[in-house]
Amino acid sequence: MSRNFEAVIGLEVHAQLKTKSKIFCADSTQFDAGDNENTSPVSVGMPGTLPALNERVVEQAIKAGLALNCHIRPVSIFARKNYFYPDLPKGYQISQYDKPICENGSVEFKLQGKAHQIRIERAHLEEDAGKSTHFGDYTLLNYNRAGIPLLEIVSGPDLRSPAEAAEYAKALRQILRYLDVCDGNLEEGSLRCDCNISVRLRGETKLGTKVEIKNINSFRFIEKSLEYEIERQIEAVERGEKIIQETRLWDPDKNKTFSMRTKEDAQDYRYFPDPDLLPVIVTKEALEKFKKEIPELPLARSRRFTEELGLSENDADAIVSEREIADYFESASRMCGNFKATANWIMTEVLRELNESKLSIIQSRITAENLGALIKLIDAGTISGKIAKTIFSEMWTSEDSPEKIIKTKGLVQISDSSAIEKLIDEVLAANTSQVAEFRSGKTKLFGFFVGAAMKASKGQANPDLVNEILQKKLKGGL
Amino acid sequence: MPDTKTSKLSTTEITHIAKLARLDLSANETTNYSLQLSKALDYFEQISQVETLGIVPLVTPTEIENILRKDEVYKELSSEEILKNAPHKTGHLFTVPPVV
Repeated sequence: MSRNFEAVIGLEVHAQLKTKSKIFCADSTQFDAGDNENTSPVSVGMPGTLPALNERVVEQAIKAGLALNCHIRPVSIFARKNYFYPDLPKGYQISQYDKPICENGSVEFKLQGKAHQIRIERAHLEEDAGKSTHFGDYTLLNYNRAGIPLLEIVSGPDLRSPAEAAEYAKALRQILRYLDVCDGNLEEGSLRCDCNISVRLRGETKLGTKVEIKNINSFRFIEKSLEYEIERQIEAVERGEKIIQETRLWDPDKNKTFSMRTKEDAQDYRYFPDPDLLPVIVTKEALEKFKKEIPELPLARSRRFTEELGLSENDADAIVSEREIADYFESASRMCGNFKATANWIMTEVLRELNESKLSIIQSRITAENLGALIKLIDAGTISGKIAKTIFSEMWTSEDSPEKIIKTKGLVQISDSSAIEKLIDEVLAANTSQVAEFRSGKTKLFGFFVGAAMKASKGQANPDLVNEILQKKLKGGL
Repeated sequence: MPDTKTSKLSTTEITHIAKLARLDLSANETTNYSLQLSKALDYFEQISQVETLGIVPLVTPTEIENILRKDEVYKELSSEEILKNAPHKTGHLFTVPPVV
């Protein structure tokens, strides 16, 4: 950061939990339903209706809390956050206030190889509001989203750069996806972020006046809006201006933040415990049960891949980025025992094919077992690496096993030295002038002979043997 | 929580509360509500005299454990039915006065 200033950043991430029904009623959470199709008297706030808490929501919040090293409150309370706005038909949002379900945790992630640990102040449950679309003289409302379960995860003011903030958000998304409690779909708004940002002179311990940038739905915009805001604040401070505590929005077209409301018209939410909902009780037994269901998380998995399987840190991080890719890697490498090669094949060939056909790894046309079998065939010398690429393409189109393709196409590597010797004899006999040139010192021609021999074998000759026999024959005389 | 010494609400406070409740009050009403609400606060003043040191705050008077619902989808009403009583609608959307 420029001019001896440092940024102090904290993030509030709203993660949509992955449930079939809403948090307090049985409406579907399906994303692309027709207007107001996923509504009921509860979600549109009809008088006399009562909320009934979804058990999956509690389970998923606890799992997320555990994965974020939080303390899980044995008794947590739902509170009403009161404000009048048509996207909230009851006149209040059911949220948690002074007794959130998860608090005092931490999350660890890497940025350019360096480890960072960020405190999690709290993670609380709340319901989402409806969607309003504004027109000049009226506003339209769709309550399909009203009552979708959200877990709001609040970090400590521990982040110091836009890149760090974006990486933290990515790490959260990864963890939530590993837990299968949030699909992390940014386009559909399953993960939305508010960024709190202030600047201060280096060495200063007091926090500067913070500005909140609301509702950001991409990692790139987290980074860009923070970069803009840091510059704006430093310039203001340097001009001797006071930073106003306010809420700002990011305009991705203009690459700027702009003021939405200042603290003077800040909301006064008058929180109080919701009398319609009983305290959420988490027993020790439930906690133990959920603890056992937490999978190995990305950071630990990456560490295991480097320490136990000998992958490089970069490879391991890339492989664990998605739980399904890591699972695929583990199945394939278990099959062939060659971890490094499996990682390479996945990161180059498999991911390329998946990208091209816009498939996710669970939809891969080559199963992990078949990829493992292919690598095993290379390592056993049955096929060459070059032939393996051909077989791989064939596997992708036909979905057949490599063994079947080798058999039907006759692609087995020729490792019989007498067969190769015969082949090379023919090559040398057909290229006598080149042989003479080679022997008179033009050793560069060696590659020409290798190419010719491989071509003659239709690429099936074991390249190591071809090299060895050629060396012998060219140097030792026919 | 209100100041424990004085519960007399100022006009500014009443105006603020009215704004939060989206109420449009006349000067007369503001004075009236100020008196009425102050009285209500005086009553809570009395309650707050009770010594509560060491007593765990009560969230609910019932002894019932929390009851959870299974995560199952159930559709009760169509969007037409949900919108049936809306004074204004556009297609299957509720129409309300502009808010921005």
